[in-house]
Amino acid sequence: MSQLRKWLVEPDFIVVRDPERCIQCQVCVRQCANDVHEYDSDEDVVLSDSSDCVGCHRCATLCPTNAVSIKRAELEFRPHGNWEAAVLRNLYRQAETGGVLLAGMGNDQPAPVYWDRLLLNASQVTNPSIDPLREPMELVTYLGRKPDMLEIEARGVSPRLTTTLAPQLELRVPVMFSAMSYGSISYHASIALARAAAAAGTFANSGEGGLHEGLREYGDHMIVQVASGRFGVDVDYLNVAAAVEIKIGQGAKPGIGGHLPGEKVDAGVSATRMIPEGTDALSPAPHHDIYSIEDLRQLVFAIKEATGYAKPVAVKIAAVHNISAIASGAVRAGADIVVIDGFRGGTGAAPMMIRNNVGLPIEFALAAVDSRLREEGIRNQASLVVAGGFRSSADVVKAIALGADAVYIATAALVAMGCHLCQKCYTGKCNWGIATQDPYLTKRLNPNIATRRLVNLLNAWAHEITEMMGGMGINAVESLRGNREHLRGVGLTDRELRILEIKAAGE
Amino acid sequence: MNQRPGPMRQKDISSCAIVGVMSEAGRRFDGTAIMRAIAIMRDRSNGLGGGFAAYGIYPEHRDHYAFHIMCESIDAQRNAEQLVSRRCTVHHDEPIPIRQVEAFHTRPLLHRYFVSVTAEARERNYGLSDDDIIVRVVMDVNASVDGAFVFSSGRNMGVFKGVGYPEEIGEFFRLDEYEAYTWIAHGRFPTNTTGWWGGAHPFGLLDWAVVHNGEISSYGINRRYLANFGYHCTLQTDTEVITYLFDLLMRKHNLPLEVACMAMAPPFWSQIDRMPADRQRLARAVRSVYGGALLNGPFSVVVGRARGMIGFNDRIKLRPMVAARRDDVLYIASEEAAIREICPEPTELWHAEGGVPIVGELRDEPVAEVAG
Repeated sequence: MSQLRKWLVEPDFIVVRDPERCIQCQVCVRQCANDVHEYDSDEDVVLSDSSDCVGCHRCATLCPTNAVSIKRAELEFRPHGNWEAAVLRNLYRQAETGGVLLAGMGNDQPAPVYWDRLLLNASQVTNPSIDPLREPMELVTYLGRKPDMLEIEARGVSPRLTTTLAPQLELRVPVMFSAMSYGSISYHASIALARAAAAAGTFANSGEGGLHEGLREYGDHMIVQVASGRFGVDVDYLNVAAAVEIKIGQGAKPGIGGHLPGEKVDAGVSATRMIPEGTDALSPAPHHDIYSIEDLRQLVFAIKEATGYAKPVAVKIAAVHNISAIASGAVRAGADIVVIDGFRGGTGAAPMMIRNNVGLPIEFALAAVDSRLREEGIRNQASLVVAGGFRSSADVVKAIALGADAVYIATAALVAMGCHLCQKCYTGKCNWGIATQDPYLTKRLNPNIATRRLVNLLNAWAHEITEMMGGMGINAVESLRGNREHLRGVGLTDRELRILEIKAAGE
Repeated sequence: MNQRPGPMRQKDISSCAIVGVMSEAGRRFDGTAIMRAIAIMRDRSNGLGGGFAAYGIYPEHRDHYAFHIMCESIDAQRNAEQLVSRRCTVHHDEPIPIRQVEAFHTRPLLHRYFVSVTAEARERNYGLSDDDIIVRVVMDVNASVDGAFVFSSGRNMGVFKGVGYPEEIGEFFRLDEYEAYTWIAHGRFPTNTTGWWGGAHPFGLLDWAVVHNGEISSYGINRRYLANFGYHCTLQTDTEVITYLFDLLMRKHNLPLEVACMAMAPPFWSQIDRMPADRQRLARAVRSVYGGALLNGPFSVVVGRARGMIGFNDRIKLRPMVAARRDDVLYIASEEAAIREICPEPTELWHAEGGVPIVGELRDEPVAEVAG
């Protein structure tokens, strides 16, 4: 098939260079993995070809004289309510390639963010607020199965606990790093996440790409994933971690598997995933040994057997229509932690149509699942962790008030490391050294600096969470958890309020 | 008796005065002392609710549950009686004696019943204890009979309450004529109220009676946590939630008082870290399993039960609570003045520590009447 010399797709961005500021230092030339910038030595001038610019801002950020800026390429189509520019571009692209449209990061469509329609409470007069700078504020959270009640032997001088508790994860801050595999992100990014989790008293998730030897020393602060591809899974992998997560689905692409292109499978990734170098790593859509809830139960207990019942087993599911029944099934199948990933959840690569159109907002999924598990009297049997586009500490506080035990963040963590959300993770050309295995690019991410930035982010959020809790007159996070009295809705329909089980503002 | 709060009504918020007086020897005394003690804290209430609970007042019916029921109409009373008699035998019933008090223009019908669970009901609910069945009867009447409300359901004890200043309520219910070994009292300062008699405090269930001062910021989750175990909070009050928590933790889960209090006002993690290993294991388990029972925000509470009385403060002590002892009597009150009013020279007087319960316990079975 002959290729058109020039794409019908016009560039997304335009590189604007101020010649009076440009000193021809060529930083931009060296920094751009997409070869947008080029130095012409004859003319001693740096030129730019915008057609391959992804808008990652690496050049603009590093330009020492601020000579480069990136603008949206606003080629004005005649306005049309149905046939918007983005739609036309996708059609041109598909006509050109005949392929599935790929996308990186979470759903970029302007779907409603319900967190912004929930407002938090604060104390006035009848109940004093608590100053977190003067009084203890507690964020410690235990994830894992809890019994309905404790048995205490009261004979003797002091009461003695006779119940043996199931294994628990102790979190100093109720925010963890969500699954990002080594392979989809670089070794430096992986190690920074693991170190930051250890330093902040929380956990990082390995994703489905196995656990690199260098990360095993942080095992106490790692959750390892068992996904449909089973990459890197052996008994050591399960036992080195603090918990094991069975990944059934992902919010960005519920119902489908994954694909790490062979180009990203270098020696390190190959060894960690236990696959030959340069081969594509394909995760099937379902687990081929899980075709029902009873199959899930078998895998949960196979993992518990392999780990001596010493670690909590989590089951991660994407928020889909029947989420509360599925979550209830997962708890009954033996999951100690249920993770729900909402439709804004991120990804290294997903078919755009699926990312943008499948799944549920995490706010509704969380509210429905928490209520359902309480109705069934099994809420204490599993902790509830939610994921999918959490942007700030306020989102976290609202999620906990709706009923979550903890929140997973991934995109926010990548942004803390430098990601500019250009959404091209699947190309392997991440100029920030995060979503790439190219050694020329990965060495740009200094793991020590990245660790510090991640710890800063968690500390900043923890500080803000305690401020909001103190304002509500709450000094322990367990009193916020599921406490929907502290939420009010604005701009929501009666039905939405009912599903969220919260009152409207003013009620 | 006016409207009860609807389900979407904002949570009932109130500030208050509380007092408890108990003879650990089981010596019974009349209600004049507690009425004086609560009256001196008149500034802490605003005439929109007052009440008392008294233990040891029905020795002739000590084996039967004493139901105090308030009704809006004769019809409501009949419906309530019908529902009660499905699972209970009524051994005796009578109107609760009252005295005309000028301040009250309207009042509900007030009637009491001494009941026990029928054999058929026990057989039908073979997994449940008598106490459990009584709880269900109370919840059924309160949730499903329009205009009727069971406000007391313990044995050999009773709750007396209504809309007014507590000393007027005491006068109205002729509490000077009852003798009890434990008295607790409440004067209410609601910031929003429907003036409903059932909404006054103490809140009672079985032999629990709770008076409380404060606002619990964890109410939303405490209520949902209790729903897991079949408790339906219908009154939107913190006192109801505290009562159910005591019932759940101590009666159903069989936790020792100390551990129940640890669940509701736990030590901080930083304190737990410094505990000896065994104690640490207990505290960690209690906090992680009973997080939904943690009472957050300011409160001081006096809890009455057949065997004793408990005074209890939030863990960072945001509400006042003073305690004193003299001879066999334990006093607990919002203010020292209330104690000094009835016991000018206590041998011991102290301010309650945050989260540390003050416990009064009967030394033996209550002794027969001794002049108070």
